[in-house]
Amino acid sequence: MKHGLSSGLVFIFSLLLFSIFTVPATAGDLDSLKDLKGNIDIAGGTAHIPVMKDAAKRIMTTYPKITITVAGGGSGVGVQKVAEGLVDIGNAGRPISDKEWTKYPQLKSFPFAVDGVAPAVNPNNTVSNLTSTQIQNIFSGKIDNWKDVGGDDAKIHIYSRDEASGTRSVFWKKCLNKGAVVESANIVASNGAMKVAVSQDRYALGYMSIGHLDHTVKPLSLNSVAPTQENAINGRYPVVRKLYMNTNGAPAPLVKAFIDYVMSSEGAASISNNGYIPLK
Amino acid sequence: MTQQNRNKNRNQKRKRINRPLSWTSKYVEVLLKYATIFSALIVLVLFGFLAYFTLPLFAEGQFAELFSLHWRPFHGEFGILPMIAGTLVLAISALLIAYPLALGICLFIHGLGPRWLTRPILLLVHGMTGIPTVVYGFVAVFLLVPFLRNNFSHGSGFSLLAASLTLSILILPTIVLLINTQLEHIVPALRLTTTALGITRIHELTRVSLPAASYGLLSAAILGFGRAVGDTLIALMVAGNAAQIPERAFDSIRTLTAHIALVVATDSQSTTYHSLFACGVILFLTTTSVNLLLHHIKQRACREGNHE
Repeated sequence: MKHGLSSGLVFIFSLLLFSIFTVPATAGDLDSLKDLKGNIDIAGGTAHIPVMKDAAKRIMTTYPKITITVAGGGSGVGVQKVAEGLVDIGNAGRPISDKEWTKYPQLKSFPFAVDGVAPAVNPNNTVSNLTSTQIQNIFSGKIDNWKDVGGDDAKIHIYSRDEASGTRSVFWKKCLNKGAVVESANIVASNGAMKVAVSQDRYALGYMSIGHLDHTVKPLSLNSVAPTQENAINGRYPVVRKLYMNTNGAPAPLVKAFIDYVMSSEGAASISNNGYIPLK
Repeated sequence: MTQQNRNKNRNQKRKRINRPLSWTSKYVEVLLKYATIFSALIVLVLFGFLAYFTLPLFAEGQFAELFSLHWRPFHGEFGILPMIAGTLVLAISALLIAYPLALGICLFIHGLGPRWLTRPILLLVHGMTGIPTVVYGFVAVFLLVPFLRNNFSHGSGFSLLAASLTLSILILPTIVLLINTQLEHIVPALRLTTTALGITRIHELTRVSLPAASYGLLSAAILGFGRAVGDTLIALMVAGNAAQIPERAFDSIRTLTAHIALVVATDSQSTTYHSLFACGVILFLTTTSVNLLLHHIKQRACREGNHE
């Protein structure tokens, strides 16, 4: 929440800067929004926010008659809010669940990007590769010392994510193979909090969205495949998920134009810049 | 205050009440009455909603599963007992750390310490009440947690111990200010007598003033406990959030409040989501009973005060 607020302020501030320093320029992919006006409210998955904000910023500076608000809340909140008609687009970092389909059969889902999830350790850790079996054994508690997987003689501190996390969902399905996670594992509430925890704790093992990786943490290769955007695109790195925009029935013209813009080549460039892989 | 004075006050109050009310004050009274009823209703409606949202759990026959020892929503286990235990253990241990400290500070202010330090200490405590919880949380994550991790090598440092130390600092000013208010009433009234009797400061405070303030001491403890149960952010940031029954001080634990904060963004049609409302009901009942207990204590204190 705190993070959402501060990034919201930064967003408003950068919008002001934009409106001062840029003259509305002609833009190819933006043309479809030219004659439209109105509001678009967006909420849901937090991984989507950077991409949504980029698109909103460009559209609003070019066409001031269009207002777009972007909020977080998480994937579940996104699906619920859009289905109840509270927002125009509800983002989710996972497909709509069966129970959600039963209750809200009118929903339309638009996948637009791929995000990878990488196991990560502290930069001081000597381990740089683990097999799926090793990771499953660590998370289920069968291995609890780094020396058993080629590291120092120290206890492994496991960090996981909450049940609402799309990141956890894909890691659990595609890396842990839906295996058990020890109950003593620490749970952190966001990709950002995971990065802080792993960067501070020398003997930590966690996982996070590839888009969030930076020099403060060290991504581990999984079965000798490095978790990079290239490997995620060519399919060699398996722990990936799609990011979705959802609408309540067929989208209104303005919302449709927004979705098309996110999927255009300009939108794709913004998706890549934010560390995700555009779906093409 | 002498008995005579008190009687006089009471008579004055009675007179004021018996005077016929003017039109405007009647209007105000009605307005206030409805405002009170309205606020009370909001609380009831809130509870009603919480209870209503837990109904799907009964319908799906999963209510009994709530009171099991394991929280594994993906294997169909929704036990919230670890979170209840975590909440209680954390609140009690934070209280055990904060309460003696608070009592010590109050005794220091009221006679054991030098007089010139009284105001600075009270100012400091007042200042502490204004510090946002997240600041304590951040300091704990970047200083206390690494300290525990590096010096004790029992796990990651995110633990019951780290959370209860941080939380005790959070609830300390609440307890200090409550006890202090009590002692401010009692100590000056008794000091002349005790000094005349030749009782030392320590004896005066421990044998006369503190027993006289016993209801205040108790309500300070209860209110401190209530605050500790209700706090979300410190537990979420520092306690580690592992859904397990706490056994050691270095165990990672999860509280009910942190649990709700962690899980609330999940699929709103799932049992996982509905089970949160049960947590909400439990928290609501806990804080309500804390408040009722406080009310009860205050009433008893008043009654006994009148019998003096």
